[in-house]
Amino acid sequence: MVTIRGHRTETPLGDRCGRLPVLPDDLLAGVRATLPLLLGLVPFGLVAGIAAVNAGLSPAQAVGLSTIVFAGAAQLAAIDLLGRDASLAVVVLTAVVINLRMMMYSASIAPYFESFRRRWAVVSSYLLTDMSYALAITEFRNDSETDRRWYYLGAAVAMYVVWQVATAVGALLGTGVPSEWEVGFAVPLVFLSLLVSDVSDRPRLVAAVVGGGVAVLGGAWPLNLGLVGGALAGVAAGAAVDNWGRDA
Amino acid sequence: MTTTYGPLAIWAVVLVVGAATFAIRYSFVYLFGRIDGVPPRVEAALRFVPAAVLAALVAPAMIDPGPTLVATVLDDRFVAGALAAVVAWYTDNMFATIVVGLGALWAAGTVV
Repeated sequence: MVTIRGHRTETPLGDRCGRLPVLPDDLLAGVRATLPLLLGLVPFGLVAGIAAVNAGLSPAQAVGLSTIVFAGAAQLAAIDLLGRDASLAVVVLTAVVINLRMMMYSASIAPYFESFRRRWAVVSSYLLTDMSYALAITEFRNDSETDRRWYYLGAAVAMYVVWQVATAVGALLGTGVPSEWEVGFAVPLVFLSLLVSDVSDRPRLVAAVVGGGVAVLGGAWPLNLGLVGGALAGVAAGAAVDNWGRDA
Repeated sequence: MTTTYGPLAIWAVVLVVGAATFAIRYSFVYLFGRIDGVPPRVEAALRFVPAAVLAALVAPAMIDPGPTLVATVLDDRFVAGALAAVVAWYTDNMFATIVVGLGALWAAGTVV
């Protein structure tokens, strides 16, 4: 199918894209789509680096965590729990539970990755995050003419690179930041910001209130079970309210 | 606040969490065509994971149950967190949320 992408060449960047024959248009469109998100990604990555070295990880471990796991909320939770010497099982379990949401993204985006060669499907899956999913699924649903692989890789690789650079800079600044500045408080603030944008309906609000409430009550429980218990209670409460709302 | 775990334990956590996270991300991309998506009940429950887990991480960092409700609510971290939540709600901007939350915590520390 031949398509004339007039709307792309009208953009100011479009002219410049024309002079870069090696980089496909759709790849650059993907990179460009991430620009507004960088305002959130950069401070988040800095916090991930700073928090990691302040919790006693080496800069190499901080960067290793970012490059291998590449999931901000799970990284911060793991860092926080390692810093408090929680049991390793709790550290791993918490990080994995936080990342379970990505199973939904995997299921939702799988039909669009179907045409990719296996190695690209593997790379694309590795780079799947809240942000890359949200960007890509919107684009895939709206515009069937976009080369999906290039668009997705443009967006996802740009985010990956920015995340790594931000973490590395944070890890280098790390322990140089005086403790009176309380930058550690930026970690729950990042979670709070993610939480507020996620709570978009009543069942999610109930999940949050119950999850947070149980975690506060269980603050002194051993092995950080307050966190795991809060998460499970929150999910159960959200699902219950959701069911109840449908039956009524 | 500093871990007593050695490098071996930390790298093990990084590798295990990394492998599990990749398995989660690749799960349905790999399975697509072999089965029909996530079972509806599982999908319904997964929707609430972010809210429940994030709240369970945030709340203990900002709510320190004091002897009275007033003492709990007047805590520096609670006030800073509440202000940051308002900013997050109205701006949906992570950077603004961090700036206001940290700023409020510093201001509260200087005043008291």
